[in-house]
Amino acid sequence: MVVGILAFQGDVAEHRSILTQLELSARDVRTLHELAEVTHLIIPGGESTVIGLHMKFTGLDTRITERVREGSLFVLGTCAGLILLARLGLLHATVERNAYGSQIDSFDAAINVRGIDAQMYAAFIRAPKISHVDGSVEILAECDGIPVVVREGNILASTCHPELRGESLLHEMFLGLR
Amino acid sequence: MIPATYSSLGRDLAAMLKGGVIMDVVSAEQAKLAETAGASAVMALERVPADIRRDGGVARMSDPSLIKEIQASVTIPVMAKIRIGHTTEARILEALKVDFIDESEVLTPADPFDHVDKTKFAIPFVCGARNLGEALRRIQEGAAMIRTKGEAGTGNVIEAVRHLKEIQRDIASLKLMTESERRDRAVMYRVPAELVEQVCTLGRLPVVTFVAGGIATPADAALLMQLGAEGVFVGSGIFKSESPARTAAAIVLATTHFEDSMKLAEVSTNLPKPMQGLEIAALETRLQERGW
Repeated sequence: MVVGILAFQGDVAEHRSILTQLELSARDVRTLHELAEVTHLIIPGGESTVIGLHMKFTGLDTRITERVREGSLFVLGTCAGLILLARLGLLHATVERNAYGSQIDSFDAAINVRGIDAQMYAAFIRAPKISHVDGSVEILAECDGIPVVVREGNILASTCHPELRGESLLHEMFLGLR
Repeated sequence: MIPATYSSLGRDLAAMLKGGVIMDVVSAEQAKLAETAGASAVMALERVPADIRRDGGVARMSDPSLIKEIQASVTIPVMAKIRIGHTTEARILEALKVDFIDESEVLTPADPFDHVDKTKFAIPFVCGARNLGEALRRIQEGAAMIRTKGEAGTGNVIEAVRHLKEIQRDIASLKLMTESERRDRAVMYRVPAELVEQVCTLGRLPVVTFVAGGIATPADAALLMQLGAEGVFVGSGIFKSESPARTAAAIVLATTHFEDSMKLAEVSTNLPKPMQGLEIAALETRLQERGW
């Protein structure tokens, strides 16, 4: 297993620090060559418009899609990462950006994740809302009746940021995907 | 739900901006151009710093109608500026639900004694600083993010480099001090000793640190990223260049690929003319000296 973080923009360092807690190192991924060397990729939070542009410029969008479809890449996306996975057609969900409002509506929540006997603290920062999921998507956690952590095959994604609260549960689930 | 403090949520939004470029815009049209070029946020204002410098007069918070138009035109965070110490302008921006307030030396200061008490607000603030003392006073007042002041509206990067290095040198010097010397330093900075200890342990500021003031080319942005900045504000540098769309896109690429010289050479090639730029020694007004 080789873990990489898509390091164009956003909270790359916060994801790295969670992996460090788990005694794992992570590579920065900014090129096709660097992508070829990883089996697990984290698409961090940030601005989906910005990260999306960089993915397009570098051709990483196409290659990530191919590798997830051929089953050679696992991907974890938080917030902007989830939006991008849905946009690439890898996560069959309808996502509304900034659906909770502007920064003044950002909030913290404790989430119960299915199959895990503990609460996970996470920050929702100008967060997106999942308004619909296809049957192929498994909802792993909800907050106020809205899906916030979902899985589809090799993809794990959340609309919130456990990495900002020092929580490693989501990352442990990701590294355990088979 | 667990009670979140606004201060932690503000720092969280700052974390989301890292590695990005925040661009000054004066219209909805410019905001869209900035978003399309890859800005991670826009700063809504009536005049870019170069024009404020040229026109003179008192520079104030923008008209809410302009801010609302810009908010309606983009999905990325919208920031707006208030005058130093102008708590009421800050309340107005909070009511408008801007995502971040910049208490900025680019506008004419409103309070000769105090900066805004930023702990009393539900939205985060970014503030300028030239050195560690200024940065820590702003953080103590509740700033969720710091940017170097640089010298806005000049297209001259030297002051941004100076201020980033001053902060880094001040932090490095803390490591060489005894605890009692650091307590003296905290008194000198007018901040609690605990904050100085925290900075010494972290080896950096406890909030996201961007650079601003005089960045005009992709190479300028990459230089500051190489020096340790976590992102870049570009004010006049984009819309005072010959082709704002191309300049903006090139600065975005350079900020992300700051370690890749080949890429930097590529994005710097055949660029439209950057803003002309001013010599610091020839300036009548140094905006960086506003605030304390």
